[in-house]
Amino acid sequence: MTLLRHTPKGEVQPREALVVNPAKTCQPIGAMYAALGIHGCLPHSHGSQGCCSYHRSTLTRHYKDPVMASTSSFTEGSAVFGGQANLLASLQTIFSVYDPKIVAIHTTCLSETIGDDVPQITKKAIDEGKVPEGKIVFHANTPSYTGTHVTGYANMVEGIVKYLVKKTGETTEKAVVIPGWVEPSDMREIKRLVSAMGIDYVMFPDTDGVFDAPMTGKHVFYPKGGAKVEDIATAGDAKVSFALGAVATKLASETLASKHGVQGQLLDLPIGLAATDRFVDAMRTAYGASVPESLEDERGKLVDMITDMEQYLWGKKVAIFGDPDQLIALTEFLQTLGMQVRHVVTGTEGNYIQQRLSEINPDANVKVGGDMFLLHQWMKNEPVDLLIGNTYGKYMARDEDVPFLRFGFPILDRQGHQHFPTVGYTGGIYLLEKILGLLMDRIDRDVEEKRMELQM
Amino acid sequence: MIEQRLDAESVKKELIAKYPDKVGKKRGNQMQVNHVAEDGTVPMVLANSRTTPGIITQRGCTYAGCKGVVLGPTRDIVNITHGPIGCGFYSWLTRRNMTDAGEDGENYMMYSFSTDLKEENIVFGGEKKLEAAIQEAYDLFHPKAISIFSTCPVGLIGDDVHAVARRMKEKLGINVFGFSCEGYKGVSQSAGHHIANNQLFKHIVGLDDEVRGQKKFRVNLLGEYNIGGDAWVIEDLLKRCGFELVATFSGNSTYGQFANSQTADLNMVMCHRSINYVAEMMEKKYGIPWIKVNFVGAGATAKSLRKMAAYFEDAELVARTEQVIAEEMVKVEAARERHSARCKGKTAMLFVGGSRAHHYQELFTELGMKVLAAGYEFAHRDDYEGRRVLPTIKIDADSRNIEEIHVEKDVEKYREHLAARKAELEAKGYTFSDYEGMMPEMDQDSLVIDDISSYETEKIIEIWKPDVFCAGVKEKYVIQKMGVACKQLHNYDAGGPYNGFSGAINFYKDIDMRVNSPVWHLVKAPWSAVETTEPALA
Repeated sequence: MTLLRHTPKGEVQPREALVVNPAKTCQPIGAMYAALGIHGCLPHSHGSQGCCSYHRSTLTRHYKDPVMASTSSFTEGSAVFGGQANLLASLQTIFSVYDPKIVAIHTTCLSETIGDDVPQITKKAIDEGKVPEGKIVFHANTPSYTGTHVTGYANMVEGIVKYLVKKTGETTEKAVVIPGWVEPSDMREIKRLVSAMGIDYVMFPDTDGVFDAPMTGKHVFYPKGGAKVEDIATAGDAKVSFALGAVATKLASETLASKHGVQGQLLDLPIGLAATDRFVDAMRTAYGASVPESLEDERGKLVDMITDMEQYLWGKKVAIFGDPDQLIALTEFLQTLGMQVRHVVTGTEGNYIQQRLSEINPDANVKVGGDMFLLHQWMKNEPVDLLIGNTYGKYMARDEDVPFLRFGFPILDRQGHQHFPTVGYTGGIYLLEKILGLLMDRIDRDVEEKRMELQM
Repeated sequence: MIEQRLDAESVKKELIAKYPDKVGKKRGNQMQVNHVAEDGTVPMVLANSRTTPGIITQRGCTYAGCKGVVLGPTRDIVNITHGPIGCGFYSWLTRRNMTDAGEDGENYMMYSFSTDLKEENIVFGGEKKLEAAIQEAYDLFHPKAISIFSTCPVGLIGDDVHAVARRMKEKLGINVFGFSCEGYKGVSQSAGHHIANNQLFKHIVGLDDEVRGQKKFRVNLLGEYNIGGDAWVIEDLLKRCGFELVATFSGNSTYGQFANSQTADLNMVMCHRSINYVAEMMEKKYGIPWIKVNFVGAGATAKSLRKMAAYFEDAELVARTEQVIAEEMVKVEAARERHSARCKGKTAMLFVGGSRAHHYQELFTELGMKVLAAGYEFAHRDDYEGRRVLPTIKIDADSRNIEEIHVEKDVEKYREHLAARKAELEAKGYTFSDYEGMMPEMDQDSLVIDDISSYETEKIIEIWKPDVFCAGVKEKYVIQKMGVACKQLHNYDAGGPYNGFSGAINFYKDIDMRVNSPVWHLVKAPWSAVETTEPALA
């Protein structure tokens, strides 16, 4: 019995208005995720309360951990007369009840359509004494009708740079690390890589220790993870910034350069061998540092595993959907593994994305600004050996009987992404182990009895 | 160790002490210490009122109540979200309403359809794009019906989704209709339920008058959404008792069932909050009486089945119903004894939904557990205090804007004999159109809290330390980080069904697991209470 039974095989009818099974969601959830990467921060959603509820629910399902955020709870009256009163009331309640160090406001399609001026309202709140001394309120515009959840992340990270980064004029040896939208486990791994290179750094956002909090018998409302406001402030004096994943971090990197003169290096997310090499090499070059033996060993282990197992990987066809920075790095890694990436879909649009994805996967079907319905049609027309994407992919995987690697956002039905990184050499080993497990389980399941093998 | 519990009045004071004055005053009105007077009246709870901005509420929006809750389980309507991509994405398969379309029946539930409005549509209007999207959906799928759900910006930019629906209905020759369920309307999901009820009634109910299947004992089940397979349990029970289920609104439903639902002889309302409007409108137009039922809890299920059978005054139906109840109760009793031995005396709190916080108390009572506090996320006063307070509920600015459709008796289709049966039965003491509400069934001095905030949730757990707290996914992990088990009553933590007799057994088992799991004793490391200073191995 097929699940997506109305998805036709054969000629793909072009669609201009209807999106079916989106490979993206809206800006504010990315802003909420980024803001939670600041220690002591309460994200605030300026709009209808449903937005906040949906974003909290989705992030909660993805992490199985508390996701705290507040909302302006617009009514029809606020939609007509503006949301100023709601935002003022929100700030007063937030600071009396939840006592955050910092509130990160993001807008929604509703508050953007009516044109609420958040900085002006924030100023009014401060003037009226609704923001206690020493507390910070800042904002990012995240209209849901432009860009995607990745854009929302990018806008909030830029907001962090605009509002929180300071410059004293005394340049330090520090590096600024701006990770794209990756998991807490990845954030932790990125920090480990930078430390291993012997580089002093400040990283934001940093969700390590935020969505993977331990069970202690106490709910720590502001978990111990997150970039500290005082550390973020020092980024203006840094020597260099490494922005990982251009779609999610270019804005912040450029603002840091133009506003504070911090030289920016725009890199891919360090997923897979080559992208991690480029990140490590960028750090090595910028600091004249040598790569420690421990990292060389990790790298060697990844290469070793690839060479050991290439007979299971070579020529295997892959379909993949998700967010652009991830797709750019991951499809490159899949090529490294000798696999053939056949279909690539992301919901996030942009010329840069189109260009990079087409360069890396010259023979593949690539759709930037596409949806999963299209991907499924492609898979029906040209079947693949492996599907990679977020949880929504499982319906296609089951219908087409294809092994399925959960990767990206959101993952609503499995655990592990918050704990085990996919960035860096170690992350590459983990990813490769997952891919091999899927492909080899399939062989063990399908092989004729007389050809069953003990050792593989 | 028996600790003296702080009294409810003092707990209430603690919960609101930290709020700014105005907020505290309002929250105080939204919380009441329960007191059931001899005539059954209870204190007034401020409900269905605006959420306090910034307070961290459980609530969602009108779109969620309309598209997610009521229309979410409809499998053979192409439901298109008109708006930016988010709303359509978040409401895609995120409720566990299951459906069975068979081997090759129409089933769009695994799909998400959106017009994905962009900035230029916000500036220049989105009607053209909506029209094109409906055409594309039609060309691809040829469904029997397409519906449109408005998100926040749609109302503001002035797109007339109903005009587009009318045009496309005429052009395509299928049923096309829209919902003005913008997220900012009302104060919670509740307004969305009402809007959904109105449009289902206006655009689908009554389109097909052919009486199919069994001619007698025809019923509709309203307000049952088949979470975790709940509706399937009831479908099976009704069949075994001898009832003909015409339509369920809307778990495991079809468009055809809705269109044919006016051929039923009785409406049974399960979730009063989300669907009572359809029941009321069907009675006015077609003369079909409605009764409140509850299939959560073995006792409640038996009571509801008996009431249904009694309505038809048929000896054979009554006998079959009694036989089914008797067969099922043997199994239930065995399970209840086994699990209540382990759960008895433990305490629970329920803060969820617009009916569930009431219905699920039945199951805790059957387990011998005590409910200390409860409240709804989006209910109205009648769900707390009973429909007797309906005439005293004031219409405020937020509810005034939700359409009340004017319904008149359909002279051709109105079934006088059903109205007559109702009158006859009422004379004998049978009650119709009646919901007593949650509070009359709760203990004296329990605490009732509407739209509980995140702060209050933590505080009340800290003070009263329940063994299990029932809520939704946003609350789940906050509660568990505090070392207290949380049972989700929206998605059942992948469990269920919990309806009917077999469902009750499932629930007993799951609550036993929650409150007796050894892991709660392992939250603290064994050395946490020990202060070691000297190394043992020198």
